[in-house]
Amino acid sequence: MVIDFSSNLDYVRALLPEIILCVWGMVVLMAGVWRGESSEEGPRAEGLGWLALVGVAFAAVANGWLHGVREVGTDGMIAVDGFRLFSNWIFLTAALLGMLVSFAYVYRQRLQAGEYYALMLFSVAGMMFMAGARNLIVVFLGLEVMSIAVYALSAFNRRDRRSAEAGLKYFILGAFSTGFFLYGIALTYGATGSTHLPTIALAVSNGTAHGALLLFGVALMGVGFAFKVSAVPFHMWAPDVYEGAPSPVTAFMSAGVKAAAFAAFFRVFLVSFQGAYESWYGVMWWLSATTMVGANLIALVQTNVKRMLAYSSIAHGGYLLVAITAANQASAGAALFYLLVYTVMNISAFAVVIAVSNHGEERLEFEDYAGLGRNQPGLALLLTLFLLSLAGFPGTGGFMAKFQLLLGAMDAQLWVLSVILVLSTVVSYAYYLRLAWYTWMRDPADGGSPLPVYLPIGMRLALVVGAAVVIWLGLFPGSVLDLARASAAGLGVAGPMVEILH
Amino acid sequence: MIDILFYVFAALALGGAMGVVAGRSPVASLLFMVLCLGSVAGIYVLLEAHFLAAVQVIVYAGAIMVLFLFVIMLLNLGHNYHPDLKAGLWSALSFAVAGALFGFLGRQLWGNRTMTPEAGDSVDALVAQYGAVGAIARPLYTEWVVPFEITGILLLVAIVGALVLAKQRV
Repeated sequence: MVIDFSSNLDYVRALLPEIILCVWGMVVLMAGVWRGESSEEGPRAEGLGWLALVGVAFAAVANGWLHGVREVGTDGMIAVDGFRLFSNWIFLTAALLGMLVSFAYVYRQRLQAGEYYALMLFSVAGMMFMAGARNLIVVFLGLEVMSIAVYALSAFNRRDRRSAEAGLKYFILGAFSTGFFLYGIALTYGATGSTHLPTIALAVSNGTAHGALLLFGVALMGVGFAFKVSAVPFHMWAPDVYEGAPSPVTAFMSAGVKAAAFAAFFRVFLVSFQGAYESWYGVMWWLSATTMVGANLIALVQTNVKRMLAYSSIAHGGYLLVAITAANQASAGAALFYLLVYTVMNISAFAVVIAVSNHGEERLEFEDYAGLGRNQPGLALLLTLFLLSLAGFPGTGGFMAKFQLLLGAMDAQLWVLSVILVLSTVVSYAYYLRLAWYTWMRDPADGGSPLPVYLPIGMRLALVVGAAVVIWLGLFPGSVLDLARASAAGLGVAGPMVEILH
Repeated sequence: MIDILFYVFAALALGGAMGVVAGRSPVASLLFMVLCLGSVAGIYVLLEAHFLAAVQVIVYAGAIMVLFLFVIMLLNLGHNYHPDLKAGLWSALSFAVAGALFGFLGRQLWGNRTMTPEAGDSVDALVAQYGAVGAIARPLYTEWVVPFEITGILLLVAIVGALVLAKQRV
């Protein structure tokens, strides 16, 4: 099958996963309107969740079909390359796990299920637009579709003040960062005369781009991306939003939004601005160094599990920024693999948090996990597995992913950054293992009243899938890693820049 | 003549933008914003983008600003916002950063006056061939059809999100 963008109809085929998700979002929205009144709300809410998952499955089939499609002729607005398709798999995984962990929560908190799952589907479509965009306008629109859906999801629990606060904070700061991003696009357009990424790349590398304007454009777009991936000077919103938002939403956005922002970050900076590598290399270096060091140190003193996981998520963003700083083939492949592993292990860790948090936002302190190992050994074991994977313990997917990132950084001869990566990982063991220690070693303060945990079928499925993937990718990463590397090869990341520099 | 008009409109736009920030009440800020958007529409006319100018006036200066006005008047108008604004050190800092950016940009642009290659001719040709509306409509529905459709999804998402958060009965 061949796609040629000189015919506009071919966009329908190239955008099939996105179109399916958008249409299915509307279907779920309509199905939600016909929802019955309170008596049968529970089963219906879960039914809507399964309905949304069917849409994700269809999108996955379409995405698999796109693997066999070849792009010929002119560049379109949308790339049909391995990088986009692998990123799409990451977003679909985030959607699958994010929805599975939502079932019980949506029902127990009496959230409006139709809108909830529809917004999730729309935000996944937005992520896909971002990762596949070959034009800055499409990057921007994808970013907005994703962000606005997630703003609404963060504030979704209207009975909870913290949720409203999280939504408002995220919305205002997100809109602010969007302003930076858009201004960056405008200046880049002014400097190069195009919003098309390959054309920008050409103008940047052959020196026809206007120097100062381009520099400002790159800087402002960098700020916009740094907000979205919550790199350290721009991370202020993340802990509050992650803590206040409904837990399944936090799980979904800490993985999905970050993966999408990084995918677009990679494509824009490594394709378009590759010729200006010298000018942004230093900034990225410091950004990733401060993110790794700062986030891990602040995470050490957290006592709330959601906040701790928020800072952990920021720290993982720092590790991924190392890959952007390295800007070589190996790093791009490693980053794709890392994002997949991170998505699975982070949502799974949140799944345990949701299971423990009873009806909703209860029992979120470290203290509350005391005695979990005795009452719920299975759940505690899974939590420990996910925490070890987040920390990067050998034998888990997290270790393999971090190891690949490290190899990429070594390849680019970023010695100091590699050392910082390793050292901050060692620091991160402290807070991950502290939670594990509370789980297994501490007795509950009130004398051992058993913790009731509610594990419906969706949650069980998410936990099993998460554990299986984390172990599988930890022991036999070969096939997935090869796919990630091959996918990144289509990005056109070139190594020579790095060699010139060092 | 056109040069003089351009500088007049540009000055009005900049003055309006400053008025938005410096305005005493939200309503005054809003009216300054209308002035700013209207002046930009004037600049569009000078660039012979008549359709864009009309849309700018009808949609931005007209519809959206009226909506803004309604919202501001519905919300607490009598409230004094000045204590909420962080003054002193913060404003000095933001002025310093903005000034530094502005100075740097100005210095660079002063050095080499030329911006990007002139795009004027191609626009003129397009307008001559398809008319002022066609010059926008054709690319919008052909070359830019994907962003156009995504904008539709974006608006849908925004409506759904707003309804979910603003609904009376939870």
